[in-house]
Amino acid sequence: MARETNPRLQKIKHLLQYVSLSIVILAVWQTLYHLGYIKPIILPPPSKIALTFWELLNSGAMAKHVGISVLRVLEGFGIAAVLGLSLGIAIGLSRTFDRLTDLIIQVIKPIPPIAWIPLAILWFGIGEKSKVYIIFLGAFFPIIINTIDGIRQTDHKFVEVARILEVPRFKFVRQVVIPGAFPAIMTGIRVGLMVAWMCVVAAELIAAGSGIGYLIMDARQLSQSDVVLVGMITIGIIGKLMDSLIKRLEKRLIGWKVSYVGD
Amino acid sequence: MGTAGSLGESLVIEQLNKTYRVSTGDVPALQEINLTIGEREFVSIVGSSGCGKSTLLRIIAGLENGYAGTVKLGDRRIAGPGLDRGMVFQEHRLIPWLTVEQNVAFGLNGRAPGENERLVREHLELVGLSSFAKAHPHQLSGGMAQRVAIARALVNQPKLLLLDEPFGALDALTKIQMQQEILRIWEAERTTMVLVTHDIDEAIYLGDRVVIMSSRPGTVKKIMAVDLTRPRDRSSYEFIQIRKGIYAEFFAEAEKPFAYAI
Repeated sequence: MARETNPRLQKIKHLLQYVSLSIVILAVWQTLYHLGYIKPIILPPPSKIALTFWELLNSGAMAKHVGISVLRVLEGFGIAAVLGLSLGIAIGLSRTFDRLTDLIIQVIKPIPPIAWIPLAILWFGIGEKSKVYIIFLGAFFPIIINTIDGIRQTDHKFVEVARILEVPRFKFVRQVVIPGAFPAIMTGIRVGLMVAWMCVVAAELIAAGSGIGYLIMDARQLSQSDVVLVGMITIGIIGKLMDSLIKRLEKRLIGWKVSYVGD
Repeated sequence: MGTAGSLGESLVIEQLNKTYRVSTGDVPALQEINLTIGEREFVSIVGSSGCGKSTLLRIIAGLENGYAGTVKLGDRRIAGPGLDRGMVFQEHRLIPWLTVEQNVAFGLNGRAPGENERLVREHLELVGLSSFAKAHPHQLSGGMAQRVAIARALVNQPKLLLLDEPFGALDALTKIQMQQEILRIWEAERTTMVLVTHDIDEAIYLGDRVVIMSSRPGTVKKIMAVDLTRPRDRSSYEFIQIRKGIYAEFFAEAEKPFAYAI
């Protein structure tokens, strides 16, 4: 075999491929700063951002902001998951229920959560509730839409098998329809959590005194572009961690599904 | 032998017509099918693709609604699916997230749990897959998956088992094994079997009779009795004579389509 087959070397090679582009970008960025092409007030260099990040981490401010934001996201996402799943299953199973709800879902879905802020404040005040509501709106639609789609994709071949064997509807739904919709539901959950997390900045536009979104907006007013970037990158990293976590969970739960992973 | 079996639970098809409605009008799929299949008989139906043989099987299964004529099992007119008929499809159609035993138990409804277990165990034994009870379908080979599908179809102890090209997707060796297997099961269970296939050898090897269908519209062209003792030798003179006879039916038809086409 001409190809290297040492699994350890392979792993290191893959890890290098995984991080190489990020390292190159950081290096170019830092170099451009040293060459004087970028003004630090417009775009601070990676070294400065790392330093600010370290300071925020050491002072405990970062943990506080991240903690409160994650809590808000989990609350909004949790409500969205429960409602999105149960309504999605009900709509997926019933044509009538689908006709009753489809128009309103399709019309409300494209409204960006940020547009709800004025109403959210009127309805829920400027406390936690309105922030959770904005996050809920972000997560709800991906979850419900994917759940409905998953249920509708039930293989017609299994429907025929169930008809021939006179399988009762409840058993069919429990053993075939819902497990079959599971990959789509997991996609909905993943996208929902992502969107919920992306809504955190919008939610924290509402009179927040803490949170990662607040950190960014506050630094904006003080022209601290390094803090803004630290906030943005933190959102990115936490989002990536959440996604990986759910992907792992998905892999464990859907062992029977063998999907294409790319060359 | 032949139609001589007891008429008590025989399948009677009389003047069966089935048309499909498409945008340009009605297309006849099956025309004036008359066929009686006796209790415990094994009947093979051969025809080229699109001759309506699968449609015929689906009507018997109760999956197609809307036909003209009579299709009766015993004295009951077939108007929908029923537990007196089981079906095996070309694809195994096992539910991927259920284990082998759960897949077999999928068809068992409204019985006592203890009886369910017994029936599942017995039918997995019947197809020789007891040790795979806890496996998932993706861990099985094509032939094994099809055996599980057979066990699932038989678990309700139907009077009639419908086989829709069940071995069509298997490799040649597995196919021969499965043909022997289905004969063994047929002898053990004493179920009436109707097999749809486009494999002429398979049809002769398995069937008491071979029904030859012609295409567009699907009609019964000829019914040939296979009076050979089992197990049958595929290279015996009698077997080859029957095969020749069936080939002749298809080749004779193959020369005509141009005349019909205008």
